[in-house]
Amino acid sequence: MTEQLGRFGDFGGRFVPEALIAALDELDAARTDAMADPAFTEELARLHRDYTGRPTPLTEVPRFAEHAGGARVFLKREDLTHTGSHKINNVLGQALLTVRMGKRRVIAETGAGQHGVATATAAALMGLDCTVYMGEKDTRRQALNVARMRLLGAEVIPVAHGSATLKDAINEALRDWVTNVEDTHYLLGTVTGPHPFPTMVRDFHRVIGDEAHDQLRAVTGGLPDVVCACVGGGSNAMGIFQRFRDESSVRLVGFEAGGEGVETGRHSARFSTGEPGVLHGAATYVLQDEDGQTLDSHSVSAGLDYPSVGPEHAYLRDTGRAEYFPVDDDEAMEAFALLCRTEGILPALESAHALAGALRVGRESDPGTVILVNLSGRGDKDVETAAQWFGLTGDAHATSATAGHPPAGEHRSATAGHPPAGEHRSATAVHPPAEGVES
Amino acid sequence: MTALDTVFTTCRDEGRAALMTYLPAGFPDNQGSREAMVAVAEAGADIVEVGVPYTDPLMDGPVIQDAADRALAGGFRVRDLLGNVEAVASAGAVPVVMSYWNPILRYGPDAFARDLASAGGAGMITPDLIPDEAAQWRAAADTHGLAPIFLVAPSSTDARLATTTAACRGFVYVASTMGVTGTRTTVGAGARQLVERTREVTDLPLCVGLGVSTGDQAAEVATFADGVIVGSALVRALGDGVEAGTGLGPLRDLTVELAEGVRRA
Repeated sequence: MTEQLGRFGDFGGRFVPEALIAALDELDAARTDAMADPAFTEELARLHRDYTGRPTPLTEVPRFAEHAGGARVFLKREDLTHTGSHKINNVLGQALLTVRMGKRRVIAETGAGQHGVATATAAALMGLDCTVYMGEKDTRRQALNVARMRLLGAEVIPVAHGSATLKDAINEALRDWVTNVEDTHYLLGTVTGPHPFPTMVRDFHRVIGDEAHDQLRAVTGGLPDVVCACVGGGSNAMGIFQRFRDESSVRLVGFEAGGEGVETGRHSARFSTGEPGVLHGAATYVLQDEDGQTLDSHSVSAGLDYPSVGPEHAYLRDTGRAEYFPVDDDEAMEAFALLCRTEGILPALESAHALAGALRVGRESDPGTVILVNLSGRGDKDVETAAQWFGLTGDAHATSATAGHPPAGEHRSATAGHPPAGEHRSATAVHPPAEGVES
Repeated sequence: MTALDTVFTTCRDEGRAALMTYLPAGFPDNQGSREAMVAVAEAGADIVEVGVPYTDPLMDGPVIQDAADRALAGGFRVRDLLGNVEAVASAGAVPVVMSYWNPILRYGPDAFARDLASAGGAGMITPDLIPDEAAQWRAAADTHGLAPIFLVAPSSTDARLATTTAACRGFVYVASTMGVTGTRTTVGAGARQLVERTREVTDLPLCVGLGVSTGDQAAEVATFADGVIVGSALVRALGDGVEAGTGLGPLRDLTVELAEGVRRA
């Protein structure tokens, strides 16, 4: 036994009940063996090609980039995968491992529902039983994905305990796993949890950065100057960062959910106000009070609404290799609307945080800076949330959702025209431009 | 000889198993939880586990989750548990703390060990801290004369049974079954088998927890274990008493039944 198992500096490890250690050891052995076995890696590559739809495109977005201070912006289109987000990369890998380990049931947690949908999909494909735990609050704001999972044959269990969001879904999944570990694999959806999950999930997602690196080189002949990704647990970010972390010229920037604003206390900005601690099996940054009790997190985006973060991000942050900044709800929603109207791409609310970050980074940087953004998911699931946000539902008089073509670099209104009476929320809240970024 | 050693020696001399009862601090409130812990000590508990309410208790079933939520909603602070520890010690039982790791990490492991020892605590059970990750805690416990108590589970390999028990002091917490806390209709065969496997590698007392709720179950477990641990059933009895206005009556009655059970074997 080593104290250093699965450690990233001071972070990571295995802070779980003894009952799970045997299963974690089994999983670690299975994934190490599988990744060295061409039969496994070729089957995974075949699935990614024929089922997931890989490689996903790299799309340059010049009309969006007009608002990014003269930067060139490229989107890695994980939104175009089967099931609509990067989550499928990890899910297919772990589902194949489940079969390889001779287990017949998978369980998963889900926040926005994207990981749950991907898991239900892989379970259907491979004939596995599937149970998905989802915070009750999230089942309401992501009702479409609940129906999708059930259509795919999964059992969806709403978790009403605690804050009824992602963290409570993970608690419940861990309770299920410790009870049924003999025939069940916990198909954890992000780069946190006990070793080997952070490493394994990162490795299943590194295909994102590997592809983007080659695709970008084919267009620009070089490396990106900056790589931007949103960070909830942090799997899409680790997936795209991994290929570039040894390229010292490339800035790696993660964007957390600033919610209603870091100063309000209603946010998910672990790196702004969190402290090192332990949650869900890993030592990492945690939103916690002075007694070590976990604080509730907040974000308009269910997938970023999590009080902890993958331990390798904590390591990248403390070593200075990657930077992390909060993006609040208003700013993310503006970027969401901007991408819709300038490029005809509807991003997930999670990914909209990365887009907002890219706008900021672009405005701060020299013209011509090449920014690679991981567009981790599509926004179909978020249409209702966005429509409510911008006052576009029902018989609202939202006849004009556009504000014309402001010059590059200027702040842009996402709504104009005629807001409906009552609950209209404007996305025009003024944010400080680039120099207002802080962390 | 430590307080824990004395308890197990006494029980052995009396030809019985020890009764260990779990109750959360702060439930239904600080004062009520201390009175409850004194009540179980007076009704026959040898060791009282003082549980630390935590927001994310992933080893606990609904009964203990709900009690923890209520304690936290009532403003429970981790330092409040020291009052429970003192109350248990004054009532003549041996107090040990049971806590998830993050509250202790936040308090500071050495400061916590110091304060727990000076309040009269004998050790701490850590359901989500395995010895492999516990270097800091083991050092702090050693400095302040506290027993670090780790869990073994049915899935533990023989090699892990050896390393985990080697890291324990006082006793070993034997999880009777794969799962979380809560009452079960049967506890038997798997627990007996794990106790037998664990005896191969340690001379420490072995206490069986998870699932025991009745005097009969306690009597059955007492035939093969050195201690019987009861949690959820007592927390429920305490909650029922609070709800029904019967106070500590149901809790006392169940404790008396369990104390009779561990003496029946």
